[in-house]
Amino acid sequence: MEVISASATRPPAATSPRDAVARVSKAILRNRKATLGLVMFLLLLFVALFPDLIRSVPWNESVVPRDVISQCQQDAVALGRVPNCAQFAPSWPQYPLGTTQLNYDVLSQVVHATGTTLGATVLISLLVTAISVFIGVTAAYVGGTVDSVLSFVTDVFLVIPALPLLIVLSTYLEGGGIAAIVLVMTLTSWAFGARQLRAQGLSIRTKEFLEAARVRGERPWYIILVEIMPNMLSLVVAAFLGTSVYVVATMAGLQFLGFGNVGDSITWGTMIYQAQQAMALESGSFWWLMAPILAVAYMGTSFALLNYAFDEIANPALRKTGRRRGNRAA
Amino acid sequence: MRFIVRRMGLFLLTLWVALTLNFIIPRLMPGDAALAMWSHIHNATPQQLKALEAMFGTANQNPILAYIAYVGNCLTLNFGVTTDQVPVMTKIMQGLPWTLGLVGVSTVIAFSLGTLVGMYGAWRRGSWSDNLISPLLFIVTTFPVFFLGLVILLIFGVELQWFPQNHPYSNPPGLTLESAADIIYHAVLPGLTLVLTASGGWIYTMRNNMIATLSEDYVRMARAKGLSSWRIMLNYSARNAILPNLTGFAMQVGFILGGSILIEYIYSYQGLGYLFYQGTESRDLPLQQALFLLYTMAVLVCVLVADLLTAWLDPRTRDA
Repeated sequence: MEVISASATRPPAATSPRDAVARVSKAILRNRKATLGLVMFLLLLFVALFPDLIRSVPWNESVVPRDVISQCQQDAVALGRVPNCAQFAPSWPQYPLGTTQLNYDVLSQVVHATGTTLGATVLISLLVTAISVFIGVTAAYVGGTVDSVLSFVTDVFLVIPALPLLIVLSTYLEGGGIAAIVLVMTLTSWAFGARQLRAQGLSIRTKEFLEAARVRGERPWYIILVEIMPNMLSLVVAAFLGTSVYVVATMAGLQFLGFGNVGDSITWGTMIYQAQQAMALESGSFWWLMAPILAVAYMGTSFALLNYAFDEIANPALRKTGRRRGNRAA
Repeated sequence: MRFIVRRMGLFLLTLWVALTLNFIIPRLMPGDAALAMWSHIHNATPQQLKALEAMFGTANQNPILAYIAYVGNCLTLNFGVTTDQVPVMTKIMQGLPWTLGLVGVSTVIAFSLGTLVGMYGAWRRGSWSDNLISPLLFIVTTFPVFFLGLVILLIFGVELQWFPQNHPYSNPPGLTLESAADIIYHAVLPGLTLVLTASGGWIYTMRNNMIATLSEDYVRMARAKGLSSWRIMLNYSARNAILPNLTGFAMQVGFILGGSILIEYIYSYQGLGYLFYQGTESRDLPLQQALFLLYTMAVLVCVLVADLLTAWLDPRTRDA
């Protein structure tokens, strides 16, 4: 049997995780879209981690003290008028985005919902990506019947429309808390990434360094984790970012319709739902509705920019090369 | 031929999985589903509880027999009655034309627009129009559907009042020219929202695929032969680049159908999406289940059509 030299057993690119990280961060800094997306994301992360630094007004209680309201009611009754003390309209500098119909501070709600929204999005996207990678790479690497079965399951989940399925499932999981949303979102979203990663897995399956690892007698899990994964890292990151874009929009859409809103915690989707239900626009609380909507769009854009940039990084053909002479001449 | 048979097999198998999923989900959930659903109905009657129990098969029914009965009912399009005692099919037939018209026309416009813009973007890659349009539309696509819907409604419906804010028509529809104009007038805003959300994905994939095919040898060969640039663009590059777009078409249809639920809700457009929302809100399970099946069926048919088109455009897939 031929002796395989040490250098031949190494994958061609991306050796250690640290190298990969260095490569990725270099690529981010070189790409304008990626830089902008990253700055937007870091800003979001800061707000999510330190909401009280930005807005210390409590988000889940009325900014008008209870005794003020009862005083108002007593005064109205004493003057023989209809007590109309439910909604105060506090002035601009103190409450820049106004208040909700129960006198909660809108700015504080948006700020404090950042953590739950971002946390749920990242958690769902991580789980989805993990399932996609597991199913996609297993199907591609093991092949045969396993591949046929996994590919079929993937195809089925791809074809069943996700939002209707999500809505159906969420009606049964009422009261399940934020965990229920994470569960149903994860279950319905992994197929697209799995198919992409399977295709990529198939293309590197026959590469020499994998052959070498097999000849060395490495176990399949070692080969998948140590030999295949580093080579697919940029694709896995791209899958994660693509999923995040989708999750941000879908979760907010689901909650906007009134499904998957959890009682004691708040997300931007829940805010939009509550504002819509209370007819925020008609009652003059414009920012109660618009602030969380813009926040969702902001988060989606941040992930989309990173995703777009990563596509360019993972696929060198898409990189900006200026005008190509061939096209102009034609 | 073998290709077509295989695709038909996948079609039937997927349909069966969707059917079965629809049967299993309510039964897997903890607690007495029929009772839970019944308690959600306003002014519920004992008959409704009986109807729900019959549906869930909780009344000491053999699950296998219940399953067979369920599949039989689905195949004969007998979906039972809604909780307000109207046959499900009647309600569906009322909503179907509106959704079919709105979603169908919007999808065709979005696909053509997306493919053409993507093609143009790749052909004139790096020009100012490509640098402006491609990222702009891509960003618009990533906005949540309801965001676009609400913003468009706010600007053109509420502020400028150029278009109606809700409902598919103002006068009862008829077969007159005015009625048709009225219906189109009402469909503009929801249609615009759908086109904007749907076309971006196609632009993006078409542009990327076209960039890849433009650097292929057969395109260089065609250039060397001195073929006209139109012919190279359409017959050589675009014909190959459009294939993945067709495959992605079906998935996109599922996405668009999901989006249409949100859009019909925002614009109170009484199509299937609105019906699905109402059915879920009021826990009208027979309605919800039938619509879910219909949505899956629609996507499946699109997959099949896309597969057949792919086989026609790309001879290589025929014997795969």
